[in-house]
Amino acid sequence: MSQIFHRSANTLSRATIFGAVFVIAALGWVAYEVQGSPYVTYAGVRKPQPVPFSHQHHVAGLGIDCRYCHTSVETSSFAGIPPTKTCMNCHSQIWTNAQLLEPVRASYRSGQSLQWTRVNQLPDFVFFNHSIHVNKGVGCNTCHGPVDQMPLMYQQESLQMEWCLGCHRAPQNNLRPRDQVFNMRYQPPTSAHPVVVDGQSYTDQVDLGTALVKKYNVRSVGDITSCNTCHR
Amino acid sequence: MLCLRQISIAGLLAAIAVLSGCRLDMHVQPRLNPLAKSDFFPDQRGARPLLEGTVARGQLHEDTYLYTGKIGPNPGDYMPFPVTKEVLERGRERFNIYCSPCHSPLGDGNGFIPSRGFSRKPPSYHTARLQKAPLGYFYDVITNGFGIMLDYSSQIPPRDRWNIVAYIRALQLSQNATKADVPAGQNVPSEPPTFLGDPGSGATLPVMAPEASSKSEDQK
Repeated sequence: MSQIFHRSANTLSRATIFGAVFVIAALGWVAYEVQGSPYVTYAGVRKPQPVPFSHQHHVAGLGIDCRYCHTSVETSSFAGIPPTKTCMNCHSQIWTNAQLLEPVRASYRSGQSLQWTRVNQLPDFVFFNHSIHVNKGVGCNTCHGPVDQMPLMYQQESLQMEWCLGCHRAPQNNLRPRDQVFNMRYQPPTSAHPVVVDGQSYTDQVDLGTALVKKYNVRSVGDITSCNTCHR
Repeated sequence: MLCLRQISIAGLLAAIAVLSGCRLDMHVQPRLNPLAKSDFFPDQRGARPLLEGTVARGQLHEDTYLYTGKIGPNPGDYMPFPVTKEVLERGRERFNIYCSPCHSPLGDGNGFIPSRGFSRKPPSYHTARLQKAPLGYFYDVITNGFGIMLDYSSQIPPRDRWNIVAYIRALQLSQNATKADVPAGQNVPSEPPTFLGDPGSGATLPVMAPEASSKSEDQK
């Protein structure tokens, strides 16, 4: 009886076993990339809104502070979506005939809320609090990205737990002085442009951050990476 | 063999069902997030207004002066709490957020927003009328609005309104200060500009006088 398998089958079988490791690893890599991609996280996706509100125009163009509209960001877990009246503070005077703003005027006339589409959305099992982050020196654009350069709002970061933990494990890499939190053009300290806090000049972000962790009583990494800090 | 395959397919389906069910339950929990839409209420608002005739805990405004700035029908001219450096600093911060877009950081009425096409520009705080206005008057304007300015009662809480009022008074003092107001032994960093006519009437940009005198100061 002749042999069923040719001699080369030996090599083939070894290659198959060896190759399977790569195939499984590649599948794992693909799964990892997909779950962190904008397809899953919606990062960078401009969702449709009732009015194409431009943060770029209002923040960079006109110089309006974040807190003019997001009034509760310093005192509450929720930053606050402005009521239609806040739009009308100015738009009862400016662009009063613009077709683009008709939904705003209609909302003001009828009292029906404008239904904005939530952009930065966390799952309900995460208890995120804006006020604590703002008061401990996390800048708006650290998480929200260059909002002053966004004609249409999008989510900058993945908002996945891994990303949250990146900062919770090393808060000194991102903290800035409290009075710079709402400054969209803030630059981390460099030797050319130091940041001065309490008369002390800092040229390195980690030095500055470490000082701010102490100054603002940021709790230990163990505390802020504990599960029930965010999941209650 | 077939049996095994059926079991594994059923198992896979069950796992998918369990996992996807899990995700829905935990991601979208049966509660309302702030300002979320709710089909339960006719106006679809998850955030509910106070019921008529009720007072929320901590919102009984017993100190009427703090919440209205008025004594009887007239605006009062005192602060409901002592003015400290913190009050003025907080006032400056809040003024620059909420007021300066129209009133300008100097309070001269030349803010950026009205220049985009307001029918009227805000008045300067540094006119005789507003310099004489009592503190409670500014509080009342922030709370109830004035002319084309809508009210800021929903954006600025009462104490912050008073902080802003204190800062407006500080702006008025600073914009009308003279050399005599500077404590002895301290230098004025630069000569103030001299205006032709009323400084910053609001309707026009202030007209600067030629800087002949201040230039000679600089050269010293």
